[in-house]
Amino acid sequence: MDIETIVKKLNLKVRCAAANLKKTVSGGYTGDLLSDVMAKSHEGDIWITRQVHQNIVAVASLKDHAGIILVNSCEPAPDTLERAIQENIPIMVSEMNAFELTGKIFHLLTTKD
Amino acid sequence: MPTQETDHISYQRSFYVEGGNFNYAGTVSTSIKSILKQMDLPNDVVRKSALVSYESEINIVSYARKGVIKLSIYSDIIQIEAIDEGPGIPNIELAMQEGYSTATQQIREMGFGAGMGLYNIKSFSDKFDISSEVGKGTYLKMIINKFSSR
Ligand SMILES: Nc1ncnc2c1ncn2[C@@H]1O[C@H](COP(=O)(O)OP(=O)(O)OP(=O)(O)O)[C@@H](O)[C@H]1O
Ligand SMILES: [Mg+2]
Repeated sequence: MDIETIVKKLNLKVRCAAANLKKTVSGGYTGDLLSDVMAKSHEGDIWITRQVHQNIVAVASLKDHAGIILVNSCEPAPDTLERAIQENIPIMVSEMNAFELTGKIFHLLTTKD
Repeated sequence: MPTQETDHISYQRSFYVEGGNFNYAGTVSTSIKSILKQMDLPNDVVRKSALVSYESEINIVSYARKGVIKLSIYSDIIQIEAIDEGPGIPNIELAMQEGYSTATQQIREMGFGAGMGLYNIKSFSDKFDISSEVGKGTYLKMIINKFSSR
């Protein structure tokens, strides 16, 4: 499943790198501790977090994440957006909390239609 | 002090890291990753190198005054050294434990300070050395084998 499909199904707002939504999402990881995400997430994951600081872009880029979704309507900081545009990493925003969003994405990725 | 692991060095570069400046945190490890990627090394080798560079870079930014990250590529290993001038680590054994952190509230708010960085550096390196002198600084050496998979 690509990011675009997830964006449509879950009504996410795309904040940057809108031209890069065809990337395949192979899995997901939810977490706000950067060193935990660095160690445990995988390439192709969609990363679900409430961290908005620009350091999330370096983490997503180093780990080759498909993109980042911010929960609870948290908006990326201006320098986060700037850096994400440079690195071409899609950042999306959801109104859902991390629990709900993770559950919905898990369901989408594991259910065949 | 740094010792060479093998005789044939094919690439070497040092990157400056400024303490306390989170605006550039992660840029050195991002450069290291793209250098290694261009060299057509196996994916997991690139990713392990990126992780150990990142955690050492963030620790210099978080705790030290300034430092250097030195990337050296030999015929069969990648060596990454992180050398800083800073407070040093009084109890290395304690600092290596998962969950131990002296990160300030401000650092924690950005998502750092889980106390996992050094522990992860050790587990993602094929060989890891750490030494530190209180009041002077800290030295880390990480070796990643080019042709092994974890
Ligand atoms: N370069 C350094 N100079 C001085 N102290 C350091 C340095 N690196 C680590 N430390 C000390 O060791 C502790 C543990 O470091 P470690 O990287 O494992 O965790 P952390 O930085 O606290 O959190 P995390 O890495 O999970 O974000 C730090 O909290 C700090 O007290
Ligand atoms: Mg750390």
